[in-house]
Amino acid sequence: MFRIIEKRPLGEHVTLYEVEAPRVAKRHRPGQFVMVRPHPRSERIPLTIAHADREKGTITLVVQAVGKTTFEMSDAFAQGDCFCDVAGPLGNPTHIAIPGRAEDFRGTVACVAGGIGAAPMLPIARAFRDAGHEVVTILGARRKDLLVFEDRLGSASRELLVCTDDGSSGRKGFVTDVLKDLIETRRAMGSDVHLAVAIGPPLMMKFCSKTTRPYAVPTLVSLNTIMVDGTGMCGGCRVMVDGVAKYVCVDGPEFDGHKVDFDGMMRRQAMYRREEAESLARYREEAR
Amino acid sequence: MTSPPERIALTPEELAARIEGRAAFNPRQRGQLPKVFWAEQDPLERVKNVSEVPLAYTPEQARAEAVRCLSCKNEPCVTGCPVGVDVPGFLNLVADGDFRGAIRKIKETNLLPAICGRVCPQESQCQQNCMVAKVHKDLGFAVSIGKIEAFLADWEREVGGVELPPVGAPSGFRVAIIGAGPSGLTCAGDLRRFGHEAVVFEAFHKAGGVLVYGIPEFRLPKAIVAAEVDNLAKMGVAFELDTVVGQTLSIDDLFDEGFQAVYVATGAGLPYFVNVPGEDANGVYSANEYLTRANLMGAFRFPEEDTPVLRRENVAVLGGGNVAMDSARTALRLGAKNVYLVYRRSREEMPARLEEVHHAEEEGVRFRLLNAPVEILTTPDGWVRALKVQRCELGEPDEKGRRRPVPIEGAFEELPVEIVIEAIGNGPNPLIPKTTAGLSTTRHGTLVVDEATMMTTRKGVFAGGDIVAGAATVILAMGHGRKAAAAIDAYLRCEAEPPTANPPS
Repeated sequence: MFRIIEKRPLGEHVTLYEVEAPRVAKRHRPGQFVMVRPHPRSERIPLTIAHADREKGTITLVVQAVGKTTFEMSDAFAQGDCFCDVAGPLGNPTHIAIPGRAEDFRGTVACVAGGIGAAPMLPIARAFRDAGHEVVTILGARRKDLLVFEDRLGSASRELLVCTDDGSSGRKGFVTDVLKDLIETRRAMGSDVHLAVAIGPPLMMKFCSKTTRPYAVPTLVSLNTIMVDGTGMCGGCRVMVDGVAKYVCVDGPEFDGHKVDFDGMMRRQAMYRREEAESLARYREEAR
Repeated sequence: MTSPPERIALTPEELAARIEGRAAFNPRQRGQLPKVFWAEQDPLERVKNVSEVPLAYTPEQARAEAVRCLSCKNEPCVTGCPVGVDVPGFLNLVADGDFRGAIRKIKETNLLPAICGRVCPQESQCQQNCMVAKVHKDLGFAVSIGKIEAFLADWEREVGGVELPPVGAPSGFRVAIIGAGPSGLTCAGDLRRFGHEAVVFEAFHKAGGVLVYGIPEFRLPKAIVAAEVDNLAKMGVAFELDTVVGQTLSIDDLFDEGFQAVYVATGAGLPYFVNVPGEDANGVYSANEYLTRANLMGAFRFPEEDTPVLRRENVAVLGGGNVAMDSARTALRLGAKNVYLVYRRSREEMPARLEEVHHAEEEGVRFRLLNAPVEILTTPDGWVRALKVQRCELGEPDEKGRRRPVPIEGAFEELPVEIVIEAIGNGPNPLIPKTTAGLSTTRHGTLVVDEATMMTTRKGVFAGGDIVAGAATVILAMGHGRKAAAAIDAYLRCEAEPPTANPPS
């Protein structure tokens, strides 16, 4: 059993869980995820690890409630309760280097986080910083109250650029606007953005990749698709990358954003929309 | 492949007379005794439930069927069994009504008879060699060894009470078993008999491997698997679930944690896809995913349980093995009206068990033999709308003697379906070979082992089951587990570092 030692709301429908999972904490490296099955009748859902504390033997997950399982996690589990299953860390860690450059090259990395993508971005930003790269973080959300991990990301970065769709915090606009400006400003100054890492909703990652493509800035995206086992056994998470089917769980979760078929991925993500809606409606009915 | 023989039911009086007069039969008479058939759920009824299809033998039926055994001197049935169960030995005890003695006899070589009795391909193993079948010139008339075995295991569990095999005196050695499938479970049980500590690491949240995620409830009730796992736990086998060796910890970590040997039994967990256009569409599944959702994750009970699986009227299953049959029959039970089984060769080449093929046909699965899938056609919004197949004819035999399917030019057809399930096979799971130094693999990705000991190219690391054999059978995986346990025992006692007085806990 995996005890929740801290549970804290971070924003509307966004919750932080710090969970005891000593083996996962010990092995975790930035970019990896866990499969969580909150209770014996739950689905297994993939959640990217925001932080691992080896001493305490805990991992931190930041979860936005969108469907039955994630709402249930926030409604029915209190601090001190246990999740039934947490398996991981799964997937490949982020390669902390600039693609196409020598391993010892140090450059500028734009970490672009959308919504709760900020949480899995944190260990990645820290790892690039610790390796000696200049980290510029672009943090975006629809509204001010949906911005998470602003302080932590700020301290992990040389520069933190915040934007919201409605202008309630930081610049009014999308992360893609900020990213485009950053690249152009850097180039005008004779320097560059050497790598973009984008984590957030699929549409945001798609447009980040579209933004960097004309500038040929290598772009990593971290995909979160439907999975059952998370170990390469079912193939449900497969996504087309450069025309070849890849498994997000064992080949990813990070891929070259310029090669990912985002439209296909989003279509597959909607495969159980009907069932998900039914499940959520039923859950809300029962909760009343 | 022969069709199943006509099922003549014997009356209670006939059964009693046969049991009573069993000592007096000469071999010739014995060979001519009619086979005792078990009852089966009606096909039209059973597709509406997930209960087992064959109903168990009654004690009288089991005894009367066992009387048919000729007790052949050369024991061809034993030769056909991958673990060498003493078949005539236990059948004679059954005939005498000594069920306790019979189950003890089986358990000398096979710890999981309730499972083997149900899922072993008996017609290509013990029953294939049965002399009674040869007398009748029909494989369907072999003594029903598997059904009697299942009867005995059920009798023990439900009536007689399970006797656990004795556990050996503690040796102080610790062995890590990776994967709680049939191979790992068998190995763990045997290691306890030798007195070693056995800890099974399982990636999923439940022990059983393919027995729980793959084989459907209607073929192997999960309560039976749970009971077997529970018996192993009572023998002192420890289970560490949610532990993905290769990710959560490595084989090196296991040695560092004080294990002196490791048995890798991670199975064939990498689904193959046919590789035709349209496989990315919504509604295309690997059989692994489809069956795991339905079985392990309980999608049959959605929305009572949270994991969904698509339910549609028209389904195509690609492949001709047991997994294809399981998928097709699962689709029927999930409410499909039309289920096509698309296989590019002919019936003769189908690798599925005769009984599974027969059950699938009875339930209305529509066999499209000599049909090769060429494309999955989709709706404008990316959902499966049809499977395009090309008809084939049998050409020249290949190097294995199997006649190759040759496409008939222009002979295309579109099967209107909303779901395509690919059951064309699985490769070995790459997680362990990828993350462990010193393990050699074949070009198929399976682990290289010394066939006598099942030891890999790394000292103290043994392997068996599908990670070595490729996708094979439950019983072969069990056979490997057993062989490896004996070799691990010998290795620990002769070659391993002696355990420290206080092994790390």
